[in-house]
Amino acid sequence: MVEVRLWGSLAAAAGGEEMLEIEAETIRELFARLEERYPALKRFIDAGIAVSIDGVIYRDTWSKELPRDAEIFLLPRIAGG
Amino acid sequence: MDFDPSYTAQQFKSVGTRPLRPDGVDKVTGRARYGADFNMPGQLVGRVLRSPHAHAIIRKIDTSKAEALKGVKAVVTAADLPDLTDGDADLYAILSNCMARDKAFYDGHAVAAVAAIDARTARRALKLIEIDYEVLPHVTDVDEAMKDSAPLLHESVFTDGVDPAPAKPSNVARRSQYGHGDVDAGFADADMVVERTYRTEQTHQGYIEPHACVASVNNDGTGELWVCTQGHFVYRQWCADLLGMDVSKLRVTSSEIGGGFGGKTHVWAEPVALALSRKAGRPVKLVMSRDEVFRASGPTSATSIDVKIGAKKDGTITAASATLRYTCGPWVGMWAELGAMTAFAPYDLKNVRTVGYEVLVNRPKVSAYRAPSAPMAAFAVESAVDELARKIGMDPVDFRIANVAKEGTRASYGPVYGPIGIGPTLEAVKEHPHMKAPLGKNQGRGMACGFWFNFGGQTCTDLNIGADGTVTIAVGTVDVGGSRASLSMVAAEELGIPYEQVKAIVADTSSLGYNDMTDGSRGTFSSSMATISAARNAIRIMRARAAQMWGIPVEDVVWEEGHAKAAGAKHGNLPPLSVREIAAAAGNTGGPIAGHSELVADGAGVSFATHICDIEVDPETGQTRVLRYTVVQDAGKAVHPTYVEGQYQGGAAQGIGWALNEEYIYGKDGRLQNPGFLDYRIPVCSDLPMIDTQILEIPNPNHPYGIRGVGETSIVPPLAAIANAVSNAVGVRMTHIPMSPPRILAALEAE
Repeated sequence: MVEVRLWGSLAAAAGGEEMLEIEAETIRELFARLEERYPALKRFIDAGIAVSIDGVIYRDTWSKELPRDAEIFLLPRIAGG
Repeated sequence: MDFDPSYTAQQFKSVGTRPLRPDGVDKVTGRARYGADFNMPGQLVGRVLRSPHAHAIIRKIDTSKAEALKGVKAVVTAADLPDLTDGDADLYAILSNCMARDKAFYDGHAVAAVAAIDARTARRALKLIEIDYEVLPHVTDVDEAMKDSAPLLHESVFTDGVDPAPAKPSNVARRSQYGHGDVDAGFADADMVVERTYRTEQTHQGYIEPHACVASVNNDGTGELWVCTQGHFVYRQWCADLLGMDVSKLRVTSSEIGGGFGGKTHVWAEPVALALSRKAGRPVKLVMSRDEVFRASGPTSATSIDVKIGAKKDGTITAASATLRYTCGPWVGMWAELGAMTAFAPYDLKNVRTVGYEVLVNRPKVSAYRAPSAPMAAFAVESAVDELARKIGMDPVDFRIANVAKEGTRASYGPVYGPIGIGPTLEAVKEHPHMKAPLGKNQGRGMACGFWFNFGGQTCTDLNIGADGTVTIAVGTVDVGGSRASLSMVAAEELGIPYEQVKAIVADTSSLGYNDMTDGSRGTFSSSMATISAARNAIRIMRARAAQMWGIPVEDVVWEEGHAKAAGAKHGNLPPLSVREIAAAAGNTGGPIAGHSELVADGAGVSFATHICDIEVDPETGQTRVLRYTVVQDAGKAVHPTYVEGQYQGGAAQGIGWALNEEYIYGKDGRLQNPGFLDYRIPVCSDLPMIDTQILEIPNPNHPYGIRGVGETSIVPPLAAIANAVSNAVGVRMTHIPMSPPRILAALEAE
């Protein structure tokens, strides 16, 4: 079980929940569980969600493990110049 | 991925030196080939017809007279680029921007294109295309576009991100929100509050090289594209999707690039050139004019931003909020959201809230520009921070240090920071001689902080050992700021050979696995990680080959200083084998030697900078002169310090132009009034002092060498640093960028 914080718009799509407890070992599992629990999050997941683990932002690596005691924060996937 | 990207604090021989740039001779002798320098036998000249109206329904397009003109080989409209986007709204926006469909949404929007045997014929053909427009009311101003009375760009846009969903469509496409704590309670605790509205005008990336490409589509469904781009793999994907081609059958080769700054991460002319070539059956060269570059490509958002910050008398910020309204052009982006995420990132705030509104207007589709959206947000916030410091009676640097974010701080955009470098940049600025230098009459000093995320992404690199032991690396990240030099240095470092023995090239899309584009300051960060991985794979092979050559177990072979060495006393008589010696024997030890790497480079680490600027203002004319400018930024590890300094200076120079002169000026008719470098004034050498730099090296724990991206953050602080300097020089708070002479005079007169 990991604690996951959601950014504002994502929290709104998750019924206003800013913090969730999810049974997930990896980023891939986290997205799968989120989508099962909150179908409204699918469009955000499809558009791209970045996962901040202890302040380090991971954008692409599904297999990245989610440490039990880490701070996990979901952010929109961003573009750069 | 079995590659461990952790920082290891190794000592460097090549990394950190300043060798000559590998592309320098070609560029100064004119041999380097840019987008417009490529030609094919039989190629046609492509030209694009653009809407003269800011907002108009396209009732009918008659291309028959143009098609009948001798020398015209193809005319295309939206009908030749059918909608294959399958519900993908972002891709549909790209398609609609490349070629207007039922509506022209801005002055300069492409509505048709021709391919002809020469430029004269193509121009004549454009004049023969007849378009029946129904001109509509338009809106270009961000605040006007948000009003209920504003002309609607799309009947189908209902503001996303508000609850309940609105019943009426509007030009406000999306709302986003970030923050934590209780801002109302925080403001109630404040002894002093600063609250202001700021505006910034739309700017262009101002790359000197216009968009240019040559497209060649064969009737067997294959095609080639030679193009100036920041990301040829991404261009391939978009073009293939839009034209219904197989990705593997479209080969895209990137040219040298005469500036991109985010503006060459988007397609405009390329799908049109491919459509023309497909229809004409011949190669088509399409080069945008400067007028077209300004009217139809590029720009940033224009913005309108409210900021409120409260603090105790002791200098502790108690609450901060911002509402950010950003223009997107005709289709939604996440530009205001990026502003909302980055605005307060340098600070440790208990109570903070930012709200972003993406606003649709009749201007070109906004594209990324170097740390997109962050400079405008930083301008507003850092101006208010400066004003609040003065109101409290604190030095602006000390005030920022008192509130600075550090490891463990919850960032205003959400997560808790790991190790970050904003504090050290502020401490360096506090101690910098620039801050203590005397100022004269009508002169002012300003400073400001800036933040950008940086990221990594998908990366693929090949490293090949030549028969003579020299090395080529083929990378897929386009070299926009010196990455061929930095990646050669990294390969040399890892292999233990001289830099001169390594040659880096940017491979085409058919020669290498997929790479994300060079954006997000990722070029050197990501490709150096892949280069290190590829070099280590090559070393593993070379150790095995050396073991064969010696007839000893591979476990007894180590790699040191560019040589295979036999470890242990029993092999004491074996002299080390060089890369050259191992390569010379490769034909008998297993064939060619190469190292490959495919990885996702994550963990780029966020980036901070602090800038100092001295400005002199002529109070009679409003004319400004930048007297001195200093950039302090964390590079993690500067691979080639001269290039890093160049990135810092380049970002500052662009920020100076944005702050003082550059802006899109629209007439009442919605047409752009200044689509050229005479009337849209970017800084030239004589406008700028030598920009001083100070590179801090706080290693990134998620890169073997500690490298961070350095390309973007340097454009974030200048708008605010210069605004603070001008405000201090004239004694009037400047709230509207650019601070052109008329705007400064108006502010002085209003005071």
